[in-house]
Amino acid sequence: MTSAVHADHSHDDHHDHKPGFFTRWFCSTNHKDIGTLYLIFSIIAGIIGGGISEAMRFELSHPGFQLFKDGQMWNVWVTAHGLIMVFFVVMPGLIGGFGNWFIPLMIGAPDMAFPRLNNISFWLLVPAFFLLVASTMVGQGAGTGWTIYPPLSTALSPHDGPAVDMALFALHLAGASSILGAANFITTIFNMRAPGMTLHKMPLFIWGMLVTAFLLVLAVPVLGGAITMLITDRNFGTGFFDPAKGGDPLLFQHLFWFFGHPEVYIMILPAFGIVSQIVSTFSKKPVFGYLGMAYAMVAIGAVGFVVWAHHMYMTGLDVDTRAYFTAATLIIAVPTGVKIFSWIATMWGGSIEFKTPMLWALGFIFLFTIGGVTGVVLANAGMDISLHDTYYVIAHFHYVLSLGAVFGLFAGFYYWIGKMSGRQYPEWAGKLHFFVTFIGVNLIFFPQHFLGLAGMPRRIPDYTPAYEGWNHISSIGAYITGVATVFFLFVAIYTITCGRRVSGNYWNVQPQCMTLEWTLSSPPPFHQFGIQPKVD
Amino acid sequence: MTIMNMSRFVTFLSLFALALFALPSLGLAVQPVEWQMNFQEAATPVAERLHNFHHFLLYIISGICLFVLALLLYVIIRFNAKTNPVPSATTHNVLLEIIWTVVPVVILIVIAVPSFKLLYYADRTDKPEMTLKVTGYQWYWGYEYPDNGGISFNANMVPSDQINKGENQSQVPLLSTDHPVVLPIDTNIQILVTGQDVIHSFAVPSFGVKTDAVPGRTNETWVRITKPGTYYGQCDQLCGTNHAFMPIEVFAVTKEEFAKWVANQNEGKTPAKAAGDKPADKKAAAETAAPKE
Repeated sequence: MTSAVHADHSHDDHHDHKPGFFTRWFCSTNHKDIGTLYLIFSIIAGIIGGGISEAMRFELSHPGFQLFKDGQMWNVWVTAHGLIMVFFVVMPGLIGGFGNWFIPLMIGAPDMAFPRLNNISFWLLVPAFFLLVASTMVGQGAGTGWTIYPPLSTALSPHDGPAVDMALFALHLAGASSILGAANFITTIFNMRAPGMTLHKMPLFIWGMLVTAFLLVLAVPVLGGAITMLITDRNFGTGFFDPAKGGDPLLFQHLFWFFGHPEVYIMILPAFGIVSQIVSTFSKKPVFGYLGMAYAMVAIGAVGFVVWAHHMYMTGLDVDTRAYFTAATLIIAVPTGVKIFSWIATMWGGSIEFKTPMLWALGFIFLFTIGGVTGVVLANAGMDISLHDTYYVIAHFHYVLSLGAVFGLFAGFYYWIGKMSGRQYPEWAGKLHFFVTFIGVNLIFFPQHFLGLAGMPRRIPDYTPAYEGWNHISSIGAYITGVATVFFLFVAIYTITCGRRVSGNYWNVQPQCMTLEWTLSSPPPFHQFGIQPKVD
Repeated sequence: MTIMNMSRFVTFLSLFALALFALPSLGLAVQPVEWQMNFQEAATPVAERLHNFHHFLLYIISGICLFVLALLLYVIIRFNAKTNPVPSATTHNVLLEIIWTVVPVVILIVIAVPSFKLLYYADRTDKPEMTLKVTGYQWYWGYEYPDNGGISFNANMVPSDQINKGENQSQVPLLSTDHPVVLPIDTNIQILVTGQDVIHSFAVPSFGVKTDAVPGRTNETWVRITKPGTYYGQCDQLCGTNHAFMPIEVFAVTKEEFAKWVANQNEGKTPAKAAGDKPADKKAAAETAAPKE
């Protein structure tokens, strides 16, 4: 680490010297370049994962099979959609992309603590993605759902081929990438803050990333253990999850959700951080109740580890166990409420400018509230009898992820694209993108609550004709969102090629809300903070 | 075999007739309807309590959403850069922060109390009067009545091209089966659920029943059906290629009708029982029976 930092300084002292194309992009050790690679990767994976959702909504727009050959093909695409969106869109975008770009900039560091580890983190993700995409084309694909529950995922037809193994190895690689990245983030945040920036003075985005990194380090190895056992069950005759050999399929579910529930907070905490920065900047006020906001994230992360079995209410858990998990899950609503109300209180008394990032942040707050309250409904083990594994659950987690985490991604993109590229997007285009997306996603997911209440199960390619009405509305919403996303791609390309050039502090961030990235030029120099900044 | 099939067939005809005539007067073929925005009609005390609890929750969560929306709209109108050019410098208010921590806790306690009552009520029945054993297979359900002479059969979905082709003109696409489960009303029925190959989930929305069918485990749930009628459910756990095509169809009948049905099922049963004990044979039997529909 020390040598890397010294090297950076020697570059930085005189010129903004950049390495050649291959060295710069394929052997990169610069946090900004790696962040850019992550963002490009996330957008490409998002096009594929989003394209799959359009195909799924097209399939579901009418009863009967429209596009897919059979249920297995449908299951393979559902699985690919889930895994791509979680591991290759949201995580690389929010954590790898914005995390790499803005952790060093916001804490006043010249780079990440382990620049080469950073490079490995990114390049592990690329083969992982290829393995996952290729798994859909090998044999009959992996139609296991993103939850890969055994015995469905063990060596029974149609999962006796290498497809599921490829998907599992993809998860192993993506998991290793996340763990290495998280170790890097923790080290950077703990050791490389500018003098004067105590933990309690860190921007909330950094707090969000710090908690996320801890969740990754603690949760992902558990997934690694679970899928390793699955691999040996599939290939080497062990029976961890096979009742005929003394194993238990529910063991896998416990391990998976011990990872899986923190995973949903891994996806949303960085978005919380981004929204906090944006709300503060555009209200021209510091975040209200800063300590409460920071420790609310810590509390969400901590409690998030003891609620996993609320994904397993129907598996035959003891009734007292379900009662405990109901109580623990309900508790998460408290710190989440603190965050929602603190954002509103930050805006209260502010002088709000409704620039595009602020619109995404406002959309995030309201839609996350809707997703949050349906989460309170689902937390009740009794209520879950009616709702578990129905479209109500699909609606709930897409409100918090598709309309939460993804709104966070777009908010961050519009907030920081000027800083990252030195060029600004056209304001009208950003607003148009926001409003069309807002209408589209609500049309997709709100009617799914009704379908869930009416009893429509998840993960089915065909349904009884009575469910057609709301499904059709939902599909129309997906087409609208698809058009908005294509429009976004054009806006992004226009922005980075011929957008208006901007100054260092183009949002005119006020001194009371200042974070260190706005003290640098846009884009920042290849090696920043040649003179270490000080925080009062 | 032929005689047995004939008698089964007659039983079914009578049951279908019962369903057709009895149901319009009671308004009870409970199935999802176009543009439905709420639950399917409750047919057990558990489902009724579930629906009441959900409506209670719906008031609370709608109130919270409207409250947050109102605050957001107020902030947008009152504190935009035009109407409020100078931002305030307030960043803390301890009382406010305590209020918005404590009030949600109180709301959660208000939710948790009825939630626990419902959870324990729905768990199992103390005094089961009969047992239905349900086994999930890829991709059909097997049913056994251990307390009623060991009746057992498998239920496959009626394929779309055969829907409403036979005597029963009220079949529902993707929800009707070739061999509906018959259960008596006003009876505490213990339902034992297990899976043979992969995990399935036995779910009937009107009954407030959903239990995973896990290989190597037997899970328990219960129903006490209050109204005669036809009820539908589906597998709710991803179980492979035909996950969407293993529905559950239940005929709930009066106790007398049920006794008659049981007697009919058990008539000339000896050869069927021998065949019925092996799942493989049952599957074969179901396959040979299917074309007759």
